[in-house]
Amino acid sequence: MELAAKKNKSAGDAVFDAVIVVLCAFIFLIVAYPLYFVVIASVSDSTLVSTGHVILFPKGFSLFGYHEIFKDARIWTGYKNTIVYTLLGTFVNLLFTLPAAYALSRPEFRARRFLMLLFVVTMFFNGGLIPTYILMKGLHLTNNLWVFIIPFSVNIYNLIIARTFLENAIPKELYEAASMDGCTHFTFFMKVAMPLSKSVVSVIGLYYLVAHWNDFFTALIYIRSNSLQPLQIVLRDILLSNQVFAGGAGTGGDAGGYAQRYADQIKYGVIIVSTLPILLVYPFIQKYFEKGVMIGSIKG
Amino acid sequence: MVFPAIVVVLLFNYVPMYGIQLAFRDYDFTKGLTGGAWRGLHYFEQFVTNYMFADLMKNTVTISLATIILGFPAPIVLALILNQVKWRRAKKTLQTTVYLPHFISIVVMVGLLNVLLSPNTGIVGHILDWLGWGDFNMLASTRAFVPVYVLSDIWQHCGWNSIIYLAALSTVDPQLYDSAKIDGAGRWQTILHVDLPAIKPTIIILFILSMGNVLGTGFEKVFLMQNALNLPVSEVIVTYVYKIGIISNQFSYSAAIGLFNTLINFIFLVAMNAISRRASNISLW
Repeated sequence: MELAAKKNKSAGDAVFDAVIVVLCAFIFLIVAYPLYFVVIASVSDSTLVSTGHVILFPKGFSLFGYHEIFKDARIWTGYKNTIVYTLLGTFVNLLFTLPAAYALSRPEFRARRFLMLLFVVTMFFNGGLIPTYILMKGLHLTNNLWVFIIPFSVNIYNLIIARTFLENAIPKELYEAASMDGCTHFTFFMKVAMPLSKSVVSVIGLYYLVAHWNDFFTALIYIRSNSLQPLQIVLRDILLSNQVFAGGAGTGGDAGGYAQRYADQIKYGVIIVSTLPILLVYPFIQKYFEKGVMIGSIKG
Repeated sequence: MVFPAIVVVLLFNYVPMYGIQLAFRDYDFTKGLTGGAWRGLHYFEQFVTNYMFADLMKNTVTISLATIILGFPAPIVLALILNQVKWRRAKKTLQTTVYLPHFISIVVMVGLLNVLLSPNTGIVGHILDWLGWGDFNMLASTRAFVPVYVLSDIWQHCGWNSIIYLAALSTVDPQLYDSAKIDGAGRWQTILHVDLPAIKPTIIILFILSMGNVLGTGFEKVFLMQNALNLPVSEVIVTYVYKIGIISNQFSYSAAIGLFNTLINFIFLVAMNAISRRASNISLW
């Protein structure tokens, strides 16, 4: 940290630098260690983990947890459902959000102020759980795959991010020039605006993707059927309700210490298996992040 | 092009608002969203006079305020620290690391707490044991619930929330640092007199927004962290609405409690906005 760069800096600044280094190391450890621990615990002997012997490296290498996880039918169903909801959901999200953001970004669109107000109000005020639930029931969206896709297809926060970006990145003159050549708003949107907006499309795309992947609430409230349950509900059963693998290593809390130990190893494995896909997507889009978040930051 | 979005927002956001009148009527499934006979404030009275009311309010406010008081400044401090790291590689690594937990789902996050904090088998349990705290079950304790909730929230989202402040800090004119140095300011004084004023508007806006959510305390995480032993401190308004409404089907009563919650949120938001407009001329609208 440019320690050598400044020869005559005061003692106070040196202390300051040292404090920063210590703080950063502390923050790094606090955040990284639990994540690292889950990884090593998932491939270690569960007895050694539960007695506190696994601290820095995996011990008694064992893939028992993963073995059990991949045998479990619920995980596969959950995985399949979540992938469908995530891909279809994100696609619909972008399909609804981006054109709306484009239209709202055009200064010549008269109704834009009014529509923005209409949208923004919903960020602060809503009908609440019960009226929403009754509406979903009335529309026959309960116990239905579309409840994951349609009702939340436009997120206002993401809409604002996209709109702000389009407003700044696509100058008015660009459309004016294109319209001279007979370009309609629709072709302009497809052929010019979207290709120029890759960064913001990937940022809000990722936001939507992560939200769908991690969505637990929708299924908790609106889904009863087992065959429609997404991964997060299956995870809740395994991680929190301790419904570990009937017929397998453990059948729950009262099966004794033996079962609990194996149950824990399965839990470490499940955490990794369910989070890995998101963590794999993240680095590819990370470079756009700060830019995207900055654009969408405050201005409504 | 904006038409599909308008339809979705009207149908799924505004129609339920229209359905709020359910809180003032008796729910009648044949009449749907707007309910049956008019009952006025009956369900509100029922809630306010309920023996659970005081506890629910206390728990909701405690959790929300603790989240704001501890959770709100954390990303600001983190951003100020990260901003001091001049070695790019280290800064990038640290940033990537602190962003990561944000992508963990709430279910997995609570599952993580369960395995790590378990008194017999979790690593934190072992550390506590080693420190001589003995078998302290943080997951089932009424004392530990709020600290565990708030600290794990900071762990998960602090890094992510710092992005916005880092973005604001990156726009500070470098000349300001130079002139501060000429005036004899140390590093600490530069933070105080250059960095903090630079991100002040961002801080205020984000603060107003978070105050608007004071009673909206995250349903999912509280719900998942609840167990029979910590219920006295973990039952909050939103979880109660879910239990009364979706589980016990008392739609009108539950809708009234939900509306009560929304109204208080809204009052907080308006009040904070007014205060900040007086104090600093910054306002949401």
